[in-house]
Amino acid sequence: MVNLTIDNRKIEAEAGQFILDVARENGIVIPTLCSHESIEPTGSCRLCVVEARQGKKTRIVTSCLYPVAKGMIVDTRSERVMNVRRLVLQLLLARCPGSEQLKEMAAEMGVEAEPRFVPDTDNVKCILCRMCVRTCEKVVGVSAIGFSYRGPEKNVCTPFKEESETCIGCGACAYICPTGHIEMETTETGDTRTIWGRTFKMKICKVCGRYFAPEDQLVYISQKTGVPIEDLAVCISCR
Amino acid sequence: MTSKIKSFNELKSVQKRLKAGRDPKKPGITVCVGTGCLAYGTKKLVENFREELSKRDLADRIDFRTSGCHGFCERGPMVVLSPEKIFYQRVGLADAGEIIDKTLLKGEIIDRLLYVDPATGEKVVHEDDVPFYKKQSRLVFGLNFQVDPESIEDYLAIGGYGALGKALTGMKPEEIIQEIIKANLRGRGGGGFPAGWKWDATRKAQGEPKYIVCNADEGDPGAYMDRSLLEGNPHLVLEGMVIGAYAIGSSQGYIYVRNEYPLAVKNIHIAIRQAREAGLLGENILGSGFSFDVKVNRGGGAFVCGESSALFASLEGRAGEPRAKYIHATDRGLYDKPTNLNNVETWANVPFIIERGADWFAGIGTAGSKGTKIFSLVGKINNTGLVEVPMGTTLREIVFEIGGGIPDGRKFKAIQTGGPSGGCIPEQYLDLPVDFDELTKIGSMMGSGGLIVMDDRNCMVNVAKYFTNFLVNESCGKCVPCREGIRRMRDILADITEGKGREGDVELLEKISTGILDGALCALGNSAPNPVLSTIRYFRDEYAAHIKEKRCPAGVCRDLITYSVDAEKCTGCMVCVKVCPTGAASGERKKVHVIDQAKCTKCGACRESCKFDSIIVR
Amino acid sequence: MEEKVKEIIQQYSGDKSYLVPILQDVQREFNYLPKDVLCAVSAHLSVPISRVYEVVTFYKAFSLKPKGRYQLSLCMGTACHVRGAELIARNMEDILGIKEGDTTADLEFSYETVGCLGACALGPVLVVNGEYHGHMNIAKSTKILKKLGKKGATDDEQD
Repeated sequence: MVNLTIDNRKIEAEAGQFILDVARENGIVIPTLCSHESIEPTGSCRLCVVEARQGKKTRIVTSCLYPVAKGMIVDTRSERVMNVRRLVLQLLLARCPGSEQLKEMAAEMGVEAEPRFVPDTDNVKCILCRMCVRTCEKVVGVSAIGFSYRGPEKNVCTPFKEESETCIGCGACAYICPTGHIEMETTETGDTRTIWGRTFKMKICKVCGRYFAPEDQLVYISQKTGVPIEDLAVCISCR
Repeated sequence: MTSKIKSFNELKSVQKRLKAGRDPKKPGITVCVGTGCLAYGTKKLVENFREELSKRDLADRIDFRTSGCHGFCERGPMVVLSPEKIFYQRVGLADAGEIIDKTLLKGEIIDRLLYVDPATGEKVVHEDDVPFYKKQSRLVFGLNFQVDPESIEDYLAIGGYGALGKALTGMKPEEIIQEIIKANLRGRGGGGFPAGWKWDATRKAQGEPKYIVCNADEGDPGAYMDRSLLEGNPHLVLEGMVIGAYAIGSSQGYIYVRNEYPLAVKNIHIAIRQAREAGLLGENILGSGFSFDVKVNRGGGAFVCGESSALFASLEGRAGEPRAKYIHATDRGLYDKPTNLNNVETWANVPFIIERGADWFAGIGTAGSKGTKIFSLVGKINNTGLVEVPMGTTLREIVFEIGGGIPDGRKFKAIQTGGPSGGCIPEQYLDLPVDFDELTKIGSMMGSGGLIVMDDRNCMVNVAKYFTNFLVNESCGKCVPCREGIRRMRDILADITEGKGREGDVELLEKISTGILDGALCALGNSAPNPVLSTIRYFRDEYAAHIKEKRCPAGVCRDLITYSVDAEKCTGCMVCVKVCPTGAASGERKKVHVIDQAKCTKCGACRESCKFDSIIVR
Repeated sequence: MEEKVKEIIQQYSGDKSYLVPILQDVQREFNYLPKDVLCAVSAHLSVPISRVYEVVTFYKAFSLKPKGRYQLSLCMGTACHVRGAELIARNMEDILGIKEGDTTADLEFSYETVGCLGACALGPVLVVNGEYHGHMNIAKSTKILKKLGKKGATDDEQD
């Protein structure tokens, strides 16, 4: 265990824990856009930066990735920290003027759009938080989507921006997306679902008769777990 | 080919034999075949020399050697004749026969091939007397002249791999590290971190295997010393790496080299093969029981891969995205194993320190920066080339004494150091001794050693826009401040150069800069605002002129300038009329020409072609 | 095609970490990186195609589109920039009618700007199919393009 101070509060934490996790356990709110408990942090959104003093050295660190240390003094709302957060939000507001989530967050933090930043017009809500790509790779395990290009042109897509053969239509990417950028559409009857430009046939539950999962996803689960496909023909509620 | 050398003693006798075979008095021809000279068509010159020598049946009597870059790229193709070291520059591709007949056989000097000192107007015969070379201390780079990069025998003949022999047989790994720490060798790639400490941390880190990496992804635009070292003397770099590997306890090394440097890739591959055959790389090096090998990996063209964690990602076959570095590479680097990364020039310094000792090395340079540094002196400078000087040499010495000053009698305005992470230094700091710490103090940095000289015809806002635009294209896109922030800065700078700048823009640029400095994830992002901040710091007036007066004092920003003809200078030669692509320039022979503003696209063709400097840009 | 891809991968002992050099060799073989070739690389190297696509689009050295017969690279290093490379770049785009990074519709010219080539003494530098042309200026670049254009035209006539 190590002792440290966050926002003038004395806190005890396990060695090796990240500042963000320790802060949250102690009810201290640090805003984030790219953090989720089911995937490893990447430190890409930069919203969670805090000022950390160790010995004589004070620096801005990424709280989602920075381990606590003995005697560390953390300020989660210093002027430098707030400057970074304000800039990050202003930049994202200009990038995704259509995102309600970002507008709400900015309002909560008292951040206004920078008038000198001309808002992008490409109607993109993606902030490149990387959560969808990592979920697809690490949690689902199919790597159907990935990044392409770099710098301001960087975006998330399927290879060649075409229908992906490896996508199983599970929708985990749409579920985890914090800004609603990834669209998943299901028909009224629920017999098909469309995501990343590809339409998936849904399976009917043998018991309740409702569509519950893409057939491709069930095949994938069957292959991965060895459970016969017939045994997967019942939805979770009826199982 | 040298057969496997099995001990330090055997190495010494091989060196001795090879040295004895090289008669210093024997007449010889050395042609520089660095990339700069090759670009002048030197390959043909080499062929011509070989042909002319064999025609005269002289191939055995004359040592003919191609060598790596000599550094004086401005004056290529270059030929040096031994033993007198007669220096011929701007040699014509057809001059081979004449040089052999007149100078080598009869001892006559060919006047037109001599270098003329622009300061005195005098012709210089010997290489060492050329002012460009005279003021330098060519410690690391100097060996380039003496070796054919494709010949391990050449390198052995000048005592090559002697430091490795000494290290493997007479020094413990810890002693080597202590020597590097004592020498205070600081990384030549950018940050200037002490190499010895890094080696020590990697040696002590938990985890096996340990890797060492040579960063040859020289991405700073305007810097090419690493390429010239790797191309010109690959064995020196290899020797440094093997010594480092032994000290650190690594059995596998990597060289990550830009694909844009094909000659460097070729030469390092040859060197690795030769070193393996000679028992200087691979299993049981020099019979010491120590084994180490090197793989070469080519980069895919991304500036960010100069950043160590991005470089590792690329080496692992992924996109070059840096990761937040709270765990040092010395603990978890390549494949999450302890990794020591140094750049080409740093590795090349190692054999000298081992051979001659830390005290000798620490005797060169300033209090905090030891040894020499190779700079690439480029831009608006008379003597473009690679310059090696002791740390602490002043910018004035480098620019005016070695570099020969600014061309066309124009005025020095600024010197840019540190690449896109560095800054522009104004005239008032010309007497600054150049070392790691002094440059940082004034808002720039050493970087890999690019020195780009600018004159009064360079617009500092435009330069800031250039670097910012470069960084927009090179940002990996992982973190928000760098990906989104730098492009917003670029847009504002573009507005300023197009006459659309607003009051408050400079302050906003400063504000964004602070956010990026604090908020970006990696060193590339953290330093990206430097070119903007340093130009604002030293050339704020120039920003103000663009924003308030809609005027570009340097006459560069297209939307803020007009082209016109100086009636007093114009001779009516019709050249501008001919080159003007839009018909804006018009006039009759021997009458003053005019430029129609409505048609002029400000392409610059008239100004470039006018021999009488009669095109006015305001 | 499959065989060639396999052969190249074999030269690197199927080591995934050599993805970038493998793709460089593959591109040299096929002039660019067509989709089916990339799928073959993905299959034989056991790297997801999304990862291959990510790497290909990340690094500037790779092209998903066919390259022209004449590959023109204008150096935009700092030394070339301060010596007026920007003006030449504009001239190139004006004459070729394409943006940097593109290829003309007739597949005659690919034009790109590149970071420093380290030939700063010769700056500005234009590289045409690997051949360096130094001390470039607006007029010289126009002349080179005209010459290549004319050459192209005569070739067509012979066809």
